[in-house]
Amino acid sequence: MSLDILFYILGGLTIGTALMVVLSKHPVRSVLYLVLTFFLISANYVMMNAQFIAIVNIIVYAGAIMVLFLFVLMLLNLNKENEPKHSPLMTIGAAIAGGGLFLVVVAAMRDAILAAPMIDTNSQQVGLVENLGKVLFTKYVLPFEVSSVLFLAAMVGAVLLAKREKQTIE
Amino acid sequence: MLLATLFESGVKIEHYMVLATALFVIGVFGVLYRKNAIILLMCIELMLNAVNLLLVAFSTYFGQADGQLFVFFIMVVAAAEATVGLSILVLLYRNTRSTDIRLFNKLKN
Repeated sequence: MSLDILFYILGGLTIGTALMVVLSKHPVRSVLYLVLTFFLISANYVMMNAQFIAIVNIIVYAGAIMVLFLFVLMLLNLNKENEPKHSPLMTIGAAIAGGGLFLVVVAAMRDAILAAPMIDTNSQQVGLVENLGKVLFTKYVLPFEVSSVLFLAAMVGAVLLAKREKQTIE
Repeated sequence: MLLATLFESGVKIEHYMVLATALFVIGVFGVLYRKNAIILLMCIELMLNAVNLLLVAFSTYFGQADGQLFVFFIMVVAAAEATVGLSILVLLYRNTRSTDIRLFNKLKN
């Protein structure tokens, strides 16, 4: 089946770009690889018929959050020269810890039994904006409103933190 | 149409579980490995996205909209977290002229 091959290509590319985020020395290149990772994850969402989440993922993550990261990188003027060095011992330790975590989680998931039935026929409409909007504004209307308060708090906090102080602390 | 054929063909929910775990572990590895605080924030975004991928996979698997709405709220929290985290980072850079996390291990200096 061609979808099978498509999934493996997308998954492999996603893991590859995610690894490049971590491994590339240049911070700007890391950000650009992360944008590419988000686009590939969006492609995975489209494959799972979650079109609304795919579009929101591109707009919010690749469009807004990553541009914010790029702005901060340009503001701080970081480049390869003042990239902090790391010891090889830490590299090995991080690789062992990450690989161990991966093995443990995959081994735990192998024993997990998915008791629920596969999929019903009307679930193909689940990712469309009409259905999601109905659930969001009925069942999840309180979290939706609370998230606006969270945004207000984050906005006030960010402005207050990034504002230059009038007098320096001596 | 696409979805039904997707889960009936070779792609199973377990594949998505392994893919999401791999992405999450890459994020964990990055947090342990890198010393640049901005890359650390990016690795946190990567871990959040791994969880999002798994939530969407299970949401379509069970045919429930709740998982996809959780993804929506995770994106909200991630956006708020990124703005506050980056502004704290700009403030730290102004004081230390560096984004090396090893310089930030003291709360008071």
